[in-house]
Amino acid sequence: MKTWMIVSAYILFAPLLGGLLAGIDRKITARMQGRFGPPVLQPFYDVLKLFEKESVAVNHVQNFYILFFLIGVIFTGCLFFSGGDLLMVIFALTLANIFLILGAYSANSPYSSIGALRELMLMMAYEPMVFLVAIGFYMVTGSFGISNLVQSNKMLLPYLPGIFAGFLYILTIKMRKSPFDLSMSHHAHQEIVKGITTEFSGSTLALIEIAHWYENLFLMGFIFLFFTWTSPWGPVVGVLACLVVYFLEILIDNSFARAKWQYVLSSSWAVAATLGFANVVILQLLQK
Amino acid sequence: MPFFSKSPWIIHYDGSSCNGCDIEVLACLTPVYDVERFGVINTGNPKHADILLITGSVNEQNKDVIWQIYNQMPHPKVVAAIGICATSGGIFADCYNVLGGVDKVLPVDLYVPGCAARPEAIIDGVVKALGILGEKRKKMVARAKRKKMVTRLKQMKQKGGESHVRKSALSRHDP
Amino acid sequence: MLFPLLAAGLLAIVRNGKLQGFIVRVSALLIASGSILLAVQTFGGRLSIRVESEWLSYGMLALDIAMSVLIVVFAIRRRKPMAAILTLIQTPLLIWFELSNGHGIVIAADMAIDRLAILMALIIGVVGSLICVYTIPYMKEYHHHHPEFKDRTPFFLAMLFVFLSAMFGIVFSNNLVWMYFFWEVTTLCSFLLIGYTQKKEAVDNAFRALVMNLAGGVGFAAAVVYVGMNLHTMELSALIEMGLKGTIVIVPAVLLAFAGLVKAAQMPFSSWLLGAMVAPTPSSALLHSSTMVKAGVFLIIRLAPILSGNIAGLMVAMVGGITFLLASLAAISQTDAKKLLAWSTVANLGLIVACGGIGTYEAVWAGILLIIFHAVSKSLLFLSVGTVEHNIGSRDIEDMHGMVTKLPEMAVMLTIGIAAMFLAPFGMLISKWAALRAFIDSDNVLIVMALVFGSAATLFYWTKWLGKIVAVLGRSARLENHIKKDEWVSLGFHAAIAVGLCFLFPVISNRVIEPYLEGFYGTQIQSVLSAGNTNLVLMMLGMVLLMPIAMYVYVHLQDEKILTAYMSGVNQGDNRGFTDSFGKPKDMYLANWYMDKYLNEKTLSMIGIAASATTLAVVLMMALGGAL
Repeated sequence: MKTWMIVSAYILFAPLLGGLLAGIDRKITARMQGRFGPPVLQPFYDVLKLFEKESVAVNHVQNFYILFFLIGVIFTGCLFFSGGDLLMVIFALTLANIFLILGAYSANSPYSSIGALRELMLMMAYEPMVFLVAIGFYMVTGSFGISNLVQSNKMLLPYLPGIFAGFLYILTIKMRKSPFDLSMSHHAHQEIVKGITTEFSGSTLALIEIAHWYENLFLMGFIFLFFTWTSPWGPVVGVLACLVVYFLEILIDNSFARAKWQYVLSSSWAVAATLGFANVVILQLLQK
Repeated sequence: MPFFSKSPWIIHYDGSSCNGCDIEVLACLTPVYDVERFGVINTGNPKHADILLITGSVNEQNKDVIWQIYNQMPHPKVVAAIGICATSGGIFADCYNVLGGVDKVLPVDLYVPGCAARPEAIIDGVVKALGILGEKRKKMVARAKRKKMVTRLKQMKQKGGESHVRKSALSRHDP
Repeated sequence: MLFPLLAAGLLAIVRNGKLQGFIVRVSALLIASGSILLAVQTFGGRLSIRVESEWLSYGMLALDIAMSVLIVVFAIRRRKPMAAILTLIQTPLLIWFELSNGHGIVIAADMAIDRLAILMALIIGVVGSLICVYTIPYMKEYHHHHPEFKDRTPFFLAMLFVFLSAMFGIVFSNNLVWMYFFWEVTTLCSFLLIGYTQKKEAVDNAFRALVMNLAGGVGFAAAVVYVGMNLHTMELSALIEMGLKGTIVIVPAVLLAFAGLVKAAQMPFSSWLLGAMVAPTPSSALLHSSTMVKAGVFLIIRLAPILSGNIAGLMVAMVGGITFLLASLAAISQTDAKKLLAWSTVANLGLIVACGGIGTYEAVWAGILLIIFHAVSKSLLFLSVGTVEHNIGSRDIEDMHGMVTKLPEMAVMLTIGIAAMFLAPFGMLISKWAALRAFIDSDNVLIVMALVFGSAATLFYWTKWLGKIVAVLGRSARLENHIKKDEWVSLGFHAAIAVGLCFLFPVISNRVIEPYLEGFYGTQIQSVLSAGNTNLVLMMLGMVLLMPIAMYVYVHLQDEKILTAYMSGVNQGDNRGFTDSFGKPKDMYLANWYMDKYLNEKTLSMIGIAASATTLAVVLMMALGGAL
């Protein structure tokens, strides 16, 4: 019963919260750049406007993939917030992302194709670290179940500092922040127009945006898992940590220039292979 | 309806401008003018844009490009000619390769003259464009409704129903 | 088991095309239904068969000698001394052993049919015979496209059936000498199939396969002799029981595992499987999916209980892990579809082998599931690529751009195959997940890392291929379809099985794999996959299966305006070209990303060979050193 309430709450309120976070993000970004910035509700205005636009496409199937991308992301989020299996969440998210990539491929336009390839490369870059996060959780608590992780009787961060640092590194990719916003940056229209979303417009573009709101929310959920424990203070600390991390991401976004793909791939694999690996080895030694 | 006025996304095309107006367009995005206050985003992609800002005159080489970019923008859309060259060809009007202002190729909705156009003027132009966008959206909705009715009528006609009554009702709405 | 042999004999004689087709179809049907019948009949029980006859073992010995003479003859004719030397080591060794010691050993069961054997038999029987059906039209077309090769279709078909028969032999044998015999038959068959075209390249590659597999055979023969002399048994099941009871069986385990690794094309021996690509597609499909390499992993999975937690297991797991990671990375740089599939096979076998090497309950569970799923989807992919090659005249992935409009049926087949190889609700991924858990539980951090990075690479190369297929290319018309009815039957069944298996896997897991494993690991083990997750997987599967229907409805209800793709305003109007800066039209070509500068196949192979050869050498020396 409780699970169902959480899941329906997620479906209903996640886009509101996600959109709000995006709005605050834009406001803070503007302030960091010495501008006034758009209203906090701006992301909602954008999306609602997109729904009012004429629907156009290059072919009849491309928008269909996006529909499944959205469904996939929502499904992943539901899985996450219903306390499902962490590995399952990762697999579902991968599936959802592949629909987005296939949509861009399907449009067969030069800019969306390059965006799709870059997105794919980014997925390859972050996937090992995401798995290592799940592995780290499993090694500490003996379970992949998110419902068990939330009820852990200790904060997990002290056991997983390396993995947390590694996750922060690739979170920049997942949240599409500079320096790793290679596939669909808002700021890269000189080189790749809008990358993977180039050929999507109107309501389909709005769906992509909404999917990202859903996605950002359960990415924050990952951060939450690192910090929370069973005491009443656990969730508070968890939420505060999420906000701090989000702010950190905005700061990173505004202080770095976009990197080359070679750097993104090699550095994120290097982070996973050093920080993540070292953490896992130490955990293993501790358990013996 | 009100959302167009809150989130106008623009695409900026440089015809054969001397870059004076382009610099001024970009200046609008800088912290001093910060058009993002009004939700304006420079998208660089016709498929995402609502307003096409063109600087510089139209010539033989870019007329097809402009036409294609305009066609790739989904409705409702507004074209704004920024600067005197885009308005009428300016001092280049008599050049052998220059066709003239943007309106030689596209239906321009508003002109922002000046050499170069000042950022304040450009922002003012974008704000005016918002009103036009709203009206166009109204027309678009009406047109879609009419299209729906016409198809329904056609279907009824095929069934042999009493369509003439509806038809007269429809013609009254037509401007 | 004998029936395919009969069919092979018939096929070797019959030259008439129609009759040939008829025999193949009927015998394929009989084999498939036979193996299903066997599965139903013996389900659950363990069937042991003891053959008392002396002449049978002498007959096998004679055939062994004949095969080795044949190999020597081939080797002399083509001047490849290595093959001759290797076969001259193992056959006399075995003959000596059989005649001197072999008779004294009492054998309780020459053949044993348990659940694992039945599963394997199903794979061989069903997938193998589907491939045979596919072969009939394929070979006709093949010789039509390649008039320079001599048409030896009857021989080819006969070899396929002999192969199937030998595979049945391997999975049912409990007597190690028998198994060794069938093992050598598959080696010889694969040699003949790879060298089918008799081109220089084909012959070279065939000999490479032969030499490597004979080297594995030497290991096998040595293991047989060691087991017979020291442990006084000839039975695989007895060997495993001894191992579980605490007798030290490390030497035969290492030797047999070595033979298995070679057959399963693990690094440093992976090159034979990659070279095997020169053969006609059905034989590649057969080698890669249901036979040959599966014999290798089958042996390792069989041995898993005695590999768990010792140095032999570590060797197998390390080699598997290294192979999985490097082969996955190497697959990224491949443009040739068959080559990519080959690397992916090597990688997946690496994973299965690693599962066997870890040897815990969960790991073996995952390994067996991987064998099943891999066999079906890989076979489907190979056969699809073969058909596509005949239709578009190329098997380059770049040339498959826009397949969804050109050859929609084949695009669907390829999509099912690819999705089944790596996407979420399909079986491969579930098994991979179980494997990951097993690796963590057994504290093999290095292999966990190999799996994690290798999976990321896997995701990359499959998705970019899928992307090529689904791209909708403007102005491209549907190509005329040359797919024959037999090919359709085979492909359709494959696809249906690939999808159906996903629904069936909880049943397979509960009724077949878990009981099999409980025999070794005790009954107190809970199900690897919890019920909740099974439901989730089925839900996701439902979603994915709904997709084609939803897509059809969606596409037909859509009324969005179709525009040209954005190409900075210089699209030529058909999305296939643009106007360049001189005002001239120029074709657009969208290439995929192969990263061959960074993930060079040769470099990766070198690293892999060095790493895995070192592991092998160290472990072999330790094991043998300890034994001597």
